[in-house]
Amino acid sequence: MTAVSPERLLDFYRLMLLNRLLEERLVNLYRQGKIVGGLYRSLGQEATSVGTAHALEEGDLLSPLIRNLGSVLTRGASPRDVFAQYLGRAASPSRGKEAHLNFCLPERGVYAGTAMLSTMIPVMAGMLLADGILGKRTVGMTYVGDGATSVGAFHEGLNFAAVRKLPLVLVVEFNRWAYSTPFERQCAARTLADKALGYGMASEVVDGNDVVAVFQAARGAVARARRGDGPTLLECKTYRMKGHAEHDAQGYVSKEELEAWRVRDPIARFERDLEEAGLLSGPERSAVHDAVLAGLDADLAWAEASPMPDPADALRGVFAESR
Amino acid sequence: MADPRAKEGAILSLEEPETTGPETFFVEAVRQALAEEMERDGRVILIGEDIGHYGGAFRATDGLLSRFGERRVIDTPISEEAVIGGAIGAALRGLRPVAELQFMDFAARAFDLLVNFAAKYRYRTGLGVPMVVRGPCGAGVHGGPFHSQTPEAWFTHVPGMKVVFPATARDAKGLLKAAIRDDDPVLFLEHKFLYRRVRDRIPVGDGPVPIGVSAVRRPGRDLTIVTYGAMLWTALEGAAELSKEGIEAEVLDLRTLRPLDEEAILASVARTSRCLILHEDTRTMGVGAEVAAVVSEKAFARLDAPVVRIAAPDTPVPFSPPLEEAFLPNTRTLVTAARQLAAW
Repeated sequence: MTAVSPERLLDFYRLMLLNRLLEERLVNLYRQGKIVGGLYRSLGQEATSVGTAHALEEGDLLSPLIRNLGSVLTRGASPRDVFAQYLGRAASPSRGKEAHLNFCLPERGVYAGTAMLSTMIPVMAGMLLADGILGKRTVGMTYVGDGATSVGAFHEGLNFAAVRKLPLVLVVEFNRWAYSTPFERQCAARTLADKALGYGMASEVVDGNDVVAVFQAARGAVARARRGDGPTLLECKTYRMKGHAEHDAQGYVSKEELEAWRVRDPIARFERDLEEAGLLSGPERSAVHDAVLAGLDADLAWAEASPMPDPADALRGVFAESR
Repeated sequence: MADPRAKEGAILSLEEPETTGPETFFVEAVRQALAEEMERDGRVILIGEDIGHYGGAFRATDGLLSRFGERRVIDTPISEEAVIGGAIGAALRGLRPVAELQFMDFAARAFDLLVNFAAKYRYRTGLGVPMVVRGPCGAGVHGGPFHSQTPEAWFTHVPGMKVVFPATARDAKGLLKAAIRDDDPVLFLEHKFLYRRVRDRIPVGDGPVPIGVSAVRRPGRDLTIVTYGAMLWTALEGAAELSKEGIEAEVLDLRTLRPLDEEAILASVARTSRCLILHEDTRTMGVGAEVAAVVSEKAFARLDAPVVRIAAPDTPVPFSPPLEEAFLPNTRTLVTAARQLAAW
């Protein structure tokens, strides 16, 4: 922990808390029937999102998965953007055309993928190839879960990135469950990081619930990418504490398994570490909480008061000339 | 597969005596469009399999690596998702990538990236994907089921994607230039049979040909033949035969399939009152079905006869010459159908 500045450590804390408390607001909205469509939780995975995204610098690129709320917040997305997306509002970054985290903030280097997992790997490879041609020293980070490592685009994208030595950091979030299918039914390899060997690229396995360890591993991968030494597969061992989405009661998961991971909660654990290091007193902790909550209340009020899209917009924006 | 260059046959060209310029084969026209656009705009890059040192399986990119360098002519692994994914990513970061698929049949290997990523991205996020996906398609060169398809209808149904299918060398050049300058994804189909069979005089400095605008290749009063791609040449041959019998067919070359030039189709049918659609793709749910629907919805009162489609049967493309010949629509079947239509 000492290798990371106190300011950064406290920012990890604020962002993980923002991730969790924003999501709690979304759960309330979901229960009130206000969320349009499904709600995909990131509970228990906040350290992986925040720790990895924090290793990027200004001008770098990031493409999140559905559970990387913490990553887009770390890159500067506003909770307003997220609320407006989930409520299907005209003022959302996708103007109501898309759900949840499927939006772009190009000025912050945030690019949406698709629901087809792993496709962002070859696309991010192309983005980095282009930036290299344009003389930019950009690093790109994207995410897949353990399930998406079985998809063809995972192989084609990583192979391409490795052959071209592209500055890509692929974060593989091992959260054990791919919807209802456990890791052992997805993959016969010992670890997901083993797959990197076949592509001739670097890899590392890290405790995904330890935000400092995640950050340090990601910082190493980002530095490797920036010096031109090619892509890294960073496997973060974490756990999906909720079902695939809120509708999924995760009856396929044992109570013992959930309990074993509940005690490894990344935020409670980091609070203890910060307290022991003398970086977060009780009153300071309350102050961070209060500030995050106050911001969320204001942002949610704004989003709820903002209008739904004009139905005529459904026909606009397919082509450049139909804006 | 057989090299189409080895194929015997007459050179095809439109009779345009007023046009001056160097005689240019279709494949050379493609290469010229790429080179001239790369010269004009430093953002244009090429990405594909074997397009660099080898110059492309059909030589469409021959010489471009030595002229523009490895940064702009990018060979990928045998990996269509890397080709298309790479092009999408490059487009999102401000370049103008032209991806080559070695055969358009292989678009199926990157179908998800084309229809779910490239075609939908502007609508979903507001960011356009200005890229061209080009490559050889079509039968008549004994390529078998996976090197002969005309897969335009896989894509004409997809909102957000433009589909261009030139029939002449001059159009290949002009439409490819327009496709590269377009702000949205364009699928650009080059019929491989035409690469070294079609030759036009192309004026030096010829500019882009607008996407979405068809061309009347032969005027006529008795019926309209709506066609595109290699079938233009079958249509022109058929129209010449019909003319000897006193039947004057108007031949409309669509050039772009999406957006479809409905106005020109309707205007022609208004003149002739009879509509025949000819395409090499298989019949059911093909482009002809859409053209027939447009004509019946918007020009029903002008029709003197039911709309007729001539297309390939609903089978894969067979390999052996007699089978492939039976598969492909030809002048004989066209002329027979046109005669019946004219007499209806």
